[in-house]
Amino acid sequence: MATTSEELTATTLTGAEVAAAGIDLAVDAPDPGTNYHLFVAATDEGEQTLKPRSQTKAKELMREVGSVLRMSEAEAALLGDIPDDPDEDQTMIINMGPQHPSTHGVLRLMLELQGETVLRCKPIIGYLHTGMEKTGEQLTYLQGGTNVTRMDYLSPLNNELAFSMATEKLLGIDGDIPERATWIRMLLSELNRIASHLLFMATNGMDLGAVSMMIYGWREREEVLRFFQEVTGLRMNHNYIRPGGLAADLPAGWRDGVLQILDMLPPRLDEYDTLMTGQPIWRERLQGVGVITPNEALALGATGPILRSTGVEWDLRRDEPYLHYDELEFGVVVGSYGDAFDRYAIRLAEIRESMELVRQIVERIPPGDYRIQDKKVTPPPRARIDESMEALIHHFKIFTEGFKVPEGEVYVSVESPRGELGCYIASDGGPNPYRIHMRDPSFVNIQCLPHMMRGGLVADAVAIISSVDPVLGGVDR
Amino acid sequence: MTDAPTDAVPDAADGQPEAPLIHGCVVGDSHGQVVVHPDRDRYLDVVRALDDEGYTMCVDLCGVDYLEFPDRTLPVGVRPERFEVVVNLLDLANRRRIRLRVQVPEEFPVVASLFDLHPGTEAMEREVYDMFGISFTDHPDLTRILMPEDWEGHPLRKDYSVGAIPVQFKGANA
Repeated sequence: MATTSEELTATTLTGAEVAAAGIDLAVDAPDPGTNYHLFVAATDEGEQTLKPRSQTKAKELMREVGSVLRMSEAEAALLGDIPDDPDEDQTMIINMGPQHPSTHGVLRLMLELQGETVLRCKPIIGYLHTGMEKTGEQLTYLQGGTNVTRMDYLSPLNNELAFSMATEKLLGIDGDIPERATWIRMLLSELNRIASHLLFMATNGMDLGAVSMMIYGWREREEVLRFFQEVTGLRMNHNYIRPGGLAADLPAGWRDGVLQILDMLPPRLDEYDTLMTGQPIWRERLQGVGVITPNEALALGATGPILRSTGVEWDLRRDEPYLHYDELEFGVVVGSYGDAFDRYAIRLAEIRESMELVRQIVERIPPGDYRIQDKKVTPPPRARIDESMEALIHHFKIFTEGFKVPEGEVYVSVESPRGELGCYIASDGGPNPYRIHMRDPSFVNIQCLPHMMRGGLVADAVAIISSVDPVLGGVDR
Repeated sequence: MTDAPTDAVPDAADGQPEAPLIHGCVVGDSHGQVVVHPDRDRYLDVVRALDDEGYTMCVDLCGVDYLEFPDRTLPVGVRPERFEVVVNLLDLANRRRIRLRVQVPEEFPVVASLFDLHPGTEAMEREVYDMFGISFTDHPDLTRILMPEDWEGHPLRKDYSVGAIPVQFKGANA
């Protein structure tokens, strides 16, 4: 069955010949009744992976390198990281992750190396994508909290807060949330920030070889989670902050629990300083690594500790105060070099700053209701269900059908431990969000990775990923 | 009602007395948040003009599929289309925000990319493309970002039903 090349060429038809022979080239005639063909047509879009330099057009390459730096192609070419002859294999592409212990979950990076130097890097995400925004459209506003809390699983209370505030704004009850509920929300978000940053301390230490730090960090975080468990019933994924207020009041003895955390933390943070901050090896590994400038951070949309590490004072708690943050005294911690050490130091300082906030909040939590007494969103108390048929029906209605939210669209953002956490909800007047979109800080922040890694050593890649502190649950949603 | 000013824009006089315009685009208010409705052709110019005004950071960009909700309330002069691209811009110096809602028709779901202006929209535009099938012209790398490359369809579209399509991964045996 040998086929000569002449035979092959002979069978190749030109377009005119095809038309003359009456061969139908259309694969699938689209069904006019659906628009399926429209979205299948645009489905073949090429690979997500980083292509070798020989397959990357010069223009693409320049754009990749120069766009963030705001450079022209000519300027970018002068940076000197382009091999003289792209055809000659001077560079190597290696794959890091998604099952790499330092990628904080399932982040996959493709790195282009020249020797030990990282030239290009491309994060490939989606390994944890479970369609939570789609799920959110199927759930009522009351159930929505259980969904959003699982997105950025290290700051569940912040997710719930953003979602609840957006829903309340659509309902028009954002001004009527009881004082006690508002202050408890602040207490828990700050404790959540502490817990999240403590976990960062642990993982950052582990990534850089300070393995004992991992144990310390998790140990302290566990103390905070224990308090969360007392309050909400769960260590994570609380669904405690709900539209209209909170799921329950603080339990008896909560004050002691908070004070215990506040007493426990300072000496242990001092230990962190001894173990890491002042230690020459630690500084050597982090200082000057993964540098990003303010302009680059702003262009890339980075927020939170990454933006603040470059010296930009931007903290939504202070600059666009929500809840009652404007009534509290606290500082916004900023760095000056924009390197991995600054990001570490900022988070450590933010733990101390948050403790200061918690101290002030504990003093000021007023007595009162923990949720709004609006029959529309708040189910009747358990005791009334036993004696009143109407209360039972009301309770049943809220939990099966949910409450309807007026038509409109709103974007609300809060300062999560990782940056601006936004919640965009479009409502069609029904009991489910018509569209819910979470602007997760990790998703945007990992775009800084290629930039921070460029020109650095592959050994520093781990330090840089760690310093961005991405949570893949939030990245992929 | 007083007489309409003679030099007023035809629509502005009767419906909304003041009808403010930002860069020639209809402006609405949503729960105290400023929303601009530029048409698709002027979208990039409006974002650029806002950038010059101080809205230098693009915080968020997402899509919405209004297939099941075509009769939503929009300001006078904005023609509803199936898709919307929603962009949230931030002015750090003056601490203000502005939101853009661009109507994108179903037949030709293509919008200009903000990549040149705000490189941070790279991932967000890919997400919108992945989830809604809205293409962005001049985007450097418009590929799927969350779904696998060989996935068919765009999951956040309203006519993409939940759980009705079998899971398809590369290399999986049938």
